[in-house]
Amino acid sequence: MELTRAKAKDKAEPKKRKLSESKKDMLSGYLYVAPFFIIFGIIGLYPAIFSIYLAFQKWSGFGEMEYVGMQNFTLVLQDPLFWKSLYNTLIIGVMGTAPQLIVGIILAYFLNLAVIKFTNFFRVTIFMPYITSMVAVALVFGVFFSNNESALANYVIGWFGVDPINWKTSEWGAKIAISLMVFWRWVGYNTIIYLAGLQSIPKDLYEAAKIDGANGVQQFFHITIPLLKPFIVLTVFMSTVGALQLFAEPTVFLGGSAFNRDEAMTVVMYLYRDAFNLNSFGTASATAVLLLIIIVIIASINTWLTSGSKRRKKVRAKHAKG
Amino acid sequence: MPKANKQKFSMKSVPIYAVLILASLLSLFPFYWMFVMATRPSEAYNSIPPAMIPGTKLVENFQNVLDQIPFFQAMWNTFLLCTITTLLVLLISSLAGFAFAKFHFPGKNVLFVSILLTMVIPPQLGLIPQYYLVSQLGWLDTLFGAGIVYLLNPLGIFLMRQYVSQSVPDELIEAAKLDGCSNFRIYRSIVLPIIKPAFATLGIIVFTLVWGEFLWQFTVLRSPESYTLQVALASLNESYNMDFGMVLSGVFWATVPLIIIFLMFNKLFISSITEGSVK
Repeated sequence: MELTRAKAKDKAEPKKRKLSESKKDMLSGYLYVAPFFIIFGIIGLYPAIFSIYLAFQKWSGFGEMEYVGMQNFTLVLQDPLFWKSLYNTLIIGVMGTAPQLIVGIILAYFLNLAVIKFTNFFRVTIFMPYITSMVAVALVFGVFFSNNESALANYVIGWFGVDPINWKTSEWGAKIAISLMVFWRWVGYNTIIYLAGLQSIPKDLYEAAKIDGANGVQQFFHITIPLLKPFIVLTVFMSTVGALQLFAEPTVFLGGSAFNRDEAMTVVMYLYRDAFNLNSFGTASATAVLLLIIIVIIASINTWLTSGSKRRKKVRAKHAKG
Repeated sequence: MPKANKQKFSMKSVPIYAVLILASLLSLFPFYWMFVMATRPSEAYNSIPPAMIPGTKLVENFQNVLDQIPFFQAMWNTFLLCTITTLLVLLISSLAGFAFAKFHFPGKNVLFVSILLTMVIPPQLGLIPQYYLVSQLGWLDTLFGAGIVYLLNPLGIFLMRQYVSQSVPDELIEAAKLDGCSNFRIYRSIVLPIIKPAFATLGIIVFTLVWGEFLWQFTVLRSPESYTLQVALASLNESYNMDFGMVLSGVFWATVPLIIIFLMFNKLFISSITEGSVK
């Protein structure tokens, strides 16, 4: 190292270098990370701090701010609509993501079986819903699940003798429709992640289990699921955070009436309505802070539940293998 | 997996194929159906059983979309927004990733860990101040205002740092320095060509993210001339008596470009998911 640097100096001497090589590297280092941190300061850090500050102010977006202490938080926490929107978010979150993860694991497991051919075709088609935008999905499902008696969803449930439902204006209709569109768009995404996980499991484990007489179901629960755990933890974490931030799907699905009805209002919609429809930036910021706290709590609980105590051992085993 | 392990087709795999085929059909059906509806008159929507075969109103429905929203303007806006933000994120991330992977400077680790923390902040927390900031800059209702928030992409720095430290050998950089290359020259002539595959991965992640993001674009863009596709499409759904054929025609034509890009680069799309999230 010393030698190369000395050599470099020798060679560079005629160009009159004032800075040593390591000083230059240091400068370059700071210079090259600077754009990111400048943007982070403006777009990330400053808004986050300002939001927390705003949560304690009364402000309509114009004019003077007025310090109001905890008042914004009490206003939000005493508002039944806030609790309704939190309830909606949680229900849609559970209905939209839990089945998605289970179906994702099953599909990935099937795609990973040696006997199955055309896996690339299935992978591409099952993944395809993910490339559509949330708005597009919400509009298409908005037509599937319209309030018309002839809506496709009503036609299908008619086969089972169920009466037509006003999907957009009923308590459970709206939630089911929105959960289904979340499910449809994300199931392939999770399948791809699980498939990557399954492919990292050494095949000889299954061979050994087969020799020991384990059947397919036993192999699934005793080899596949435990070794897939890091991937399950990851997808549960991402789905939880995503579900709590739900906004586009219900807003576009309900269209003009999105902010006037409460069947599918989510926490972010509540926040948006406070800020941009009611010009109450203080309570909206308080809601944003509450949302952050809710996300941290629920994401930690879910991650803790899915990771469990055995996790570390398995992860270590996986790393040793790979 | 060695070929010998592949078993012959067996009856046991029939139910598994059935499940996979069903999953594929359910995944594809909404795409097919939006095409059917885009070619049908709105009245077709009231027919029982629902229409399942394309009709003849493809052009007419799209004409109605053009009457409602400036579709091509919105597509152009989206294209500009996606391309410029993607290029800038690639530049910012590769510079920072290069620095984190190859340079030593005090505070490097602290800075890198702080990027981790930025990934935890949910975008909604900053929504209101970001809106205020953009309005103070006079960027409301402009693509500048719409684009600026996407420049913050911590994942990009992770990917780039990973890729640079794995695939750019230290010896190569040392050798270039001996030849009197400046650090920026090393970045441009050595690092950039090597990390092209990482550009493809990150590029697809950022492009699809910006293409589909809604909350921020919906907040900032208020007049039809500045609408992006997502905001324009969402506005089709505002009217009470809406023409389903027209709405799904808009959705269909807005989705076609992405389907074409996806089918061309599907391997890249799928690997970008695993590389972007499984780290």
